[in-house]
Amino acid sequence: MRYLPLTEADRRAMLAEIGVASVTDLYVDAPAAALLPGPVPNLPNHQGELEVERALAALAAKNMPAGYGPCFLGAGAYRHHVPATVDHLIQRGEFLTSYTPYQPEISQGTLQSLFEFQTQVALLTGLDVANASMYDGATACAEAVMMANRITRRQRAVLAGNLHPHYQDTTATLARFTGFEVVIGAPDPRGRETLLDSIDDSTSCVVVQNPDVFGHVHDLTPLAAACRAKGALLVVVVTEIMSLGLLTPPGAMGADIVAGEGQSLGNPLSFGGPHLGLFATREKYLRQMPGRLVGQTVDADGRRGWVLTLSTREQHIRREKATSNICTNSGLCALAFTIHLSLLGETGFMGLARLNHAKAVQLAGKLGAVDGVRVLNDSFFNEFTVRLPRRASKLVNKLAKRGILGGVPVVRLFPDADGLSDLLLVACTECTTEADMDALCRALAELL
Amino acid sequence: MTTTSGHRGLEMEEPLIFELDSPGQSGVDLPLPPTTYTRLGRVVPRDSLGLPGLTEPQVVRHYTRLSQKNYSIDAGFYPLGSCTMKHNTRLGEKLARLPGFADLHPLQPISTVQGALALIDALAGWLKALTGMAAVAMTPAAGAHGEMCGMMAIRAAHDHRGGPPRLRVLVPESAHGTNPATAAALGFTVETIPATAEGRVDVAVLKAKLGPDVAALMLTNPNTCGLFERDILTISQAVHEAGAFLYCDGANFNAIVGRVRPADLGVDAMHINLHKTFSTPHGGGGPGSGPVVFSQALAPFVPLPLILHDDDGLRLAETRDEDEGTALAYGRMKAFHGQVGVFVRALAYTLSHGADGLYQASGDAVLSANYLLARLKGAFNAPFTGPCMHEALFDDRSLKGTGVTTLDIAKALIDEGFHPMTVYFPLVVHGAMLIEPTESETKATLDQFIATMLALADRAKAGDAAWFQSAPRLTPRRRLDETAAARKPILRWKPNA
Repeated sequence: MRYLPLTEADRRAMLAEIGVASVTDLYVDAPAAALLPGPVPNLPNHQGELEVERALAALAAKNMPAGYGPCFLGAGAYRHHVPATVDHLIQRGEFLTSYTPYQPEISQGTLQSLFEFQTQVALLTGLDVANASMYDGATACAEAVMMANRITRRQRAVLAGNLHPHYQDTTATLARFTGFEVVIGAPDPRGRETLLDSIDDSTSCVVVQNPDVFGHVHDLTPLAAACRAKGALLVVVVTEIMSLGLLTPPGAMGADIVAGEGQSLGNPLSFGGPHLGLFATREKYLRQMPGRLVGQTVDADGRRGWVLTLSTREQHIRREKATSNICTNSGLCALAFTIHLSLLGETGFMGLARLNHAKAVQLAGKLGAVDGVRVLNDSFFNEFTVRLPRRASKLVNKLAKRGILGGVPVVRLFPDADGLSDLLLVACTECTTEADMDALCRALAELL
Repeated sequence: MTTTSGHRGLEMEEPLIFELDSPGQSGVDLPLPPTTYTRLGRVVPRDSLGLPGLTEPQVVRHYTRLSQKNYSIDAGFYPLGSCTMKHNTRLGEKLARLPGFADLHPLQPISTVQGALALIDALAGWLKALTGMAAVAMTPAAGAHGEMCGMMAIRAAHDHRGGPPRLRVLVPESAHGTNPATAAALGFTVETIPATAEGRVDVAVLKAKLGPDVAALMLTNPNTCGLFERDILTISQAVHEAGAFLYCDGANFNAIVGRVRPADLGVDAMHINLHKTFSTPHGGGGPGSGPVVFSQALAPFVPLPLILHDDDGLRLAETRDEDEGTALAYGRMKAFHGQVGVFVRALAYTLSHGADGLYQASGDAVLSANYLLARLKGAFNAPFTGPCMHEALFDDRSLKGTGVTTLDIAKALIDEGFHPMTVYFPLVVHGAMLIEPTESETKATLDQFIATMLALADRAKAGDAAWFQSAPRLTPRRRLDETAAARKPILRWKPNA
């Protein structure tokens, strides 16, 4: 077996050294009735690399990759172009096959790149500090609410109706089992939801997404002021981090916590995971933050270096008094994010954001000219909602048969809400070509 | 030795990416946007971010140099107890990058992702077969997230049964910190069960603490002392008789995978760290994946989404439905459908090993740990007798009076080219050293490590404490001041700071 280097002779010698006759004798503490006499029955035995590759390639071949044709899917996961350099660098074994950097003297590579990541996330969000990543945007959102509950000592969170429903649901799941209250607004495809009336003296935080799940872009300054007036925190969710190359950052609009999804930079879609949770806040809330943090320090020779720090917040030290139970995060996805953003740089990232926006503006113009299609958004970044004269999910299936991934039917996101069946969410990125747009418009004109 | 450049041979000094800024440069060439028309509503476009500008060769060199400051399983022996640092296959990396997996959007029409659903279903099938359990939730993103999922299921099952609230959760003192953190996050009161002199759960104390208000026992088996809980059947029976559930932390599953099925031990829920037992790379701290297997009793209380089979193929159940048997399922653990990229790697590993290979792998892991235990217990104190499972535990008794600590041994190992073992965990012994070799190492590597440990023990006994205290000396950085880092946290770069 190609992954098992011990030889039969090694095994015999090792058993002799231990003083037992067989490996089974080492399982003496397991109940005899539970100890299998051999491999689990009715399962296949080992296979060569070629056979395994064939088996998995056959599964992959049953899928239609998003890049095979025009793709307009978004809703929290975006198909961007990732430079070849990113994937090359993250596959260096020193990054790929190292553990959490508990021994800083031999983990400075991971630690320094995470320190760079924390700095980048703070710059993008316009907040003071960021952690070394969470599982994904939805879990970051749920953790942000828990953090706001701790800070305000209140137990009622208001979630915008236009927050991504998976984020709503992830937060509500945690709420159900940990015993805090969530108030969730109704989805508002026109983007006119105002949350100002739902904030009161018992509100721990308001969670709002920008751009929202229907694509609308919001000035959050009035909402931030309303939160401050009631002693509640403003949590801003960003599911398309590319938007922060163009939009006023949440920190500058008064956000106290930003919970984001960073997949757009450096990471493939991967059918929804692993993705990358981003988490940033104000300095004064630092010690209530969940997750790992890398800090700067000096070594015994006085040279600058990095360590995991403030671990007295964390489960391995504080156990039941920890700020979160999180341990493993999304280290390698964070590295991909950091390398991609380093490649883009200031001008590249801002240019790419403008390019995304320009593509969406172009598509909105073209779609608006298709008979029966109406663009609902006055504002958007790279994604917007259209109303169709028929059910969006059926249409999307027909488009898929023509090789076009035409968007996300809003009912896929909100299966329990009424009156949304004719809405379609459409996203563009730098990967979208004018030919893609024309193919979509042509197909829609024929199918509608 | 000092050099003019600050570099030392292959090891390069490297500033922060922000300190390498060449304003205006970029490593990505982009077409200019065809229009400047914006639809941003009332939001003003930002005019700067403060990111540095670098070209591609600069970025490649920067991160290549950083990578060279990391220890890795690719480069050497990494016996970090409880972390299962086994060989990470490159086959998994290659397959996870197939466009048919990597380039799939999670919200594509279901007809276009049948292969991805089949992949998840296939891995789920293996996990159920290897554990003997009835159901599996695939979405949790890591071990601690899996614990959360499993304990939520337990809470949901108790709520469904009705009766007085069960608000206490029992956790052995040797447990990982995530166990009490998870239970506490879910509003349970955590009570600690002490370990016996044999490093196992004190069954008498456990029985005394069980009662109608106990929701669950969170047990790690094999436990963090590297020992199989030999009273496990008595424990699970007592837990069940009290109306509670047995949650098992599956972090140490590598010792028993394919040899002992947790279902046969009376386990009700257990998370499986795919990034440990199933070889997917840790990536410097993630991503992980923590599927949770459930007994029949807990099977209805799983998070959404679930994969269902119907006439047209596979389907994602994303809402509760009486007719589909998902009426008692609870909500999402995260967005979308799980760590699918990790699943590809784990399934590639599982198919490569097969049932026979997994049986051999767990056996080799346990054999290697016992070999280390047998060879090292003369020089280092093994606090518990009998064979260990996949990791060997020592305490610092043999270092008493030498002035050398467990931490010093760890740092000296670094200079010797080994990654240290897990130190000061579990908390039940003093100055713990928890060594997990895994099945991936040659006997020659184990022998070299043993020889090094024995030499370090001799050196400690010879009274060379100062030498230990100044270790490591051969690393990119020497011991770092963690106290200073925590006292005045600097968590980001700032210009002119």
